Amino acid sequence: MRLILVLVEHSGGVVDDSAFELASAARKLGEPGEGVRVGAVLLGNDVSGIAEGLGRWFDDIYVFDSPRLQVPDGVAGAELLAGLIEQEQPFVTLIPHTNTGMDLAPALAIRAGAPLLADCITLEATEDGISAVRTRYGGKVHARISAAGTGGFMATLRPGSFAATEAPGAGGELHTMAVPEGLAPQRRFVETIAPEPGAVDISQAEVLVAVGRGIDEEEHLEIIRSLARAMGAEIACTRPVVDKGWLAKSYQVGTSGVAVKPKVYLAIGISGSYQHTGGIKGAPFIAAIN
Amino acid sequence: MDIIVCVKRVPDVAEAEVDIDSSGRGIQLGTLGYVINEWDNFAVEAAVSLVEAHGGKVTAVTVGGEDDEDVLRRALAMGADEALHLTDPVFEGSDSFGIAGILSQAVADIPYDLLLTGAVSGDVGGGRVGPMLAAMAGIPHVCLATELSVEGSTARVRHEVEGGLERVVELDLPALVTVQTGMNEPRYVSVLGIRKAGRKPLRTAGTAEIGLDPDTVGPAAVRVRIDEMFLPPRGEGAEILAGNDEDTVAALVDRLRQQGGI
Ligand SMILES: Cc1cc2nc3c(=O)[nH]c(=O)nc-3n(C[C@H](O)[C@H](O)[C@H](O)COP(=O)(O)OP(=O)(O)OC[C@H]3O[C@@H](n4cnc5c(N)ncnc54)[C@H](O)[C@@H]3O)c2cc1C
Ligand SMILES: Nc1ncnc2c1ncn2[C@@H]1O[C@H](COP(=O)(O)O)[C@@H](O)[C@H]1O
Repeated sequence: MRLILVLVEHSGGVVDDSAFELASAARKLGEPGEGVRVGAVLLGNDVSGIAEGLGRWFDDIYVFDSPRLQVPDGVAGAELLAGLIEQEQPFVTLIPHTNTGMDLAPALAIRAGAPLLADCITLEATEDGISAVRTRYGGKVHARISAAGTGGFMATLRPGSFAATEAPGAGGELHTMAVPEGLAPQRRFVETIAPEPGAVDISQAEVLVAVGRGIDEEEHLEIIRSLARAMGAEIACTRPVVDKGWLAKSYQVGTSGVAVKPKVYLAIGISGSYQHTGGIKGAPFIAAIN
Repeated sequence: MDIIVCVKRVPDVAEAEVDIDSSGRGIQLGTLGYVINEWDNFAVEAAVSLVEAHGGKVTAVTVGGEDDEDVLRRALAMGADEALHLTDPVFEGSDSFGIAGILSQAVADIPYDLLLTGAVSGDVGGGRVGPMLAAMAGIPHVCLATELSVEGSTARVRHEVEGGLERVVELDLPALVTVQTGMNEPRYVSVLGIRKAGRKPLRTAGTAEIGLDPDTVGPAAVRVRIDEMFLPPRGEGAEILAGNDEDTVAALVDRLRQQGGI
C-alpha cells in the first residue's frame, strides 16, 4: 500500500487547518481499488500533545521532537525530511504551500531528488505518476501539470483548496524519530515578532472598501476615504498599497496580512490574487470595480 | 561584499486579457509588454544598497532569450556593477529545476557572499528557484525576507512565517535570501539611466561557457511537465455589470444596498 507523507504545520500548539486538508487530499492518491497509508510528519519542541490530536486523521505519525525545532526552519526541516523520505520511500510527500512550506519544500526537493509540483489546487494520482492544477500569471490562467515515475513525488498544496474530511479509525501510530545534534548550524533563530496592532481593527468591520494598485496614485485615497465615510465602511487594501507606504500594514487583507469577515467587500483596483482573497473569510457579497 | 542577484523578465498581464496560445500549453504573448518581476526589483534594490553601504560588487544574472537582456540593463541602471546573461537555445523550455541548475552552475565560478532572488515570479509563481538554487549550491537560505542586513560574515534576516508572524534569523555567509515585496523602495530607473549603464560590463554565456551538460536542461530534462493551460472557470453566481457608467453605477449601488453595504 502506498505511503503518503504530510508535513504538519502548527503554531502556538494549534495544528493548522492545512494539515487536515492535506491528509484528506492524501487519501485519494492510492492505486485503483487500494487505500493508502497517510503519515503525518511533525517537527517541533514538546509536541506530544499535538501528536495525540492527529490520530483521527493519520495512520502514522513521525515525530521529530527537539528544542532545535522550537520554530520552523526550512533548512533543518528539509534535512530531516530528506532522511525520512529515504527511509520510508513515500509515493508522495505533501507540504502546505504556506510561508513555512515554501521555505522548506524546494530545498527538500533537491535533497530528495524529487519532482516538485508547487502551489497545487487539485491533485490526483495518474497511471504514470501524479497530476495537478495550479494557477499562473497571478491567477489569470490555470495549468495542468504532471510528473511521471513510480514514486518519490513532492507537492505543495494551496491552503483552503482541499476539503478536510476525517478518517475515523486511522489510529495514528507514533514513531519517535531521532534529531541529530548540530542540525543545520548555518541558520540560527533570533526572535519571533507579532504584528503591531493597528489604529483600526478591520477584522471586525462589516463593510469594507478595499483598494489595490489600480488606484494608481496616493492622492486617490481621498476619494476612497470619502466613499467609505458615505457608506459607513472601513478601508482596507492589498499588499502593493502597503509596499508603497500609502497605508499601514494593519489595513492589508490577505495571507500575509489581516483576515477579515465582512458582510460586504467592495474591491477597487484589485486583481484578486489568492494571497489577497485568502484573507477574506466567510461568504461576503464581493463587488469589484475594475 | 559581493552579491549576485537573480532577475527575470516577465510579461505584464495586470491590465491585459490573457488568451491561451495555439500549443494549448502557454499564453499568447504577442501584444503583452514586459517588466522586471516585481519581487526581483526589490531584490536588486537590496543588493545595490547593501553594496553601497559595505563596498563590493553586485552582479545581476538572468536565464533567458535575447530580449531578456533588457532586465539586466535595467538592473545595471539601478546600480548593479556587472551582468551575466545566461542564454542558449537549449535552455528554452526548462522548468524551475532546470533554471536553478543553470544558475547554480553559473554562480559556481563567481565569488559571492550573498545570493538574492525574488520570493516568487509573477508568471510562474512557484517560489522554487531560490531555495532550489541554495540547496544545489550547498548554502543556507531563508525565504520571504522583509528586512536584510549584513554584519561581518553573518546576514540578519527578518522574514514572513506561519500564523501572520515574522521571524528574525541569522545566516552564515555565503547564503541565499529570497526577497518579499516591500523590503525597500526600489529606486526609479530612467531611460537615460539605462542608456548610461550601457557601458557597464554585460557578459553572455551558454552551456559551453559555464560547463553545463546540455542534457540537464530544456524540455527533455523537465521534472514537471505542463500538459495544458486553460482559462479558469468563471465563479458560480458571478455577475458582470456592463453598459454605460450611469446604469452600471446605479446597478452596483442597488446591489450594495440590498446586501447591507450602504
Ligand atoms: C507569500 C506572498 C504573500 C502575499 N500576501 C499578500 C497579502 O496578504 N495581501 C495582498 O493583497 N497581497 C499579497 N501578496 C501579493 C499578491 O500576490 C498580489 O501581488 C497582490 O495582491 C496584487 O495586488 P493588487 O490587486 O492591488 O494589484 P494588481 O494585481 O496589480 O491589480 C491591480 C488591478 O487594478 C485594475 N485597475 C487598473 N487601473 C484601474 C482603474 N483605473 N480602475 C479600476 N481598476 C483598475 C487592474 O486591471 C488590476 O486588476 C502576497 C504575495 C506573496 C508571494
Ligand atoms: N529565468 C530566470 N533567470 C533568473 N532568475 C530567475 C529565473 N526564473 C526565476 N528566477 C529567480 O527565482 C525567483 C523565484 O522564481 P519562481 O521560482 O519562478 O517563482 C525569481 O524572483 C527570480 O529571482
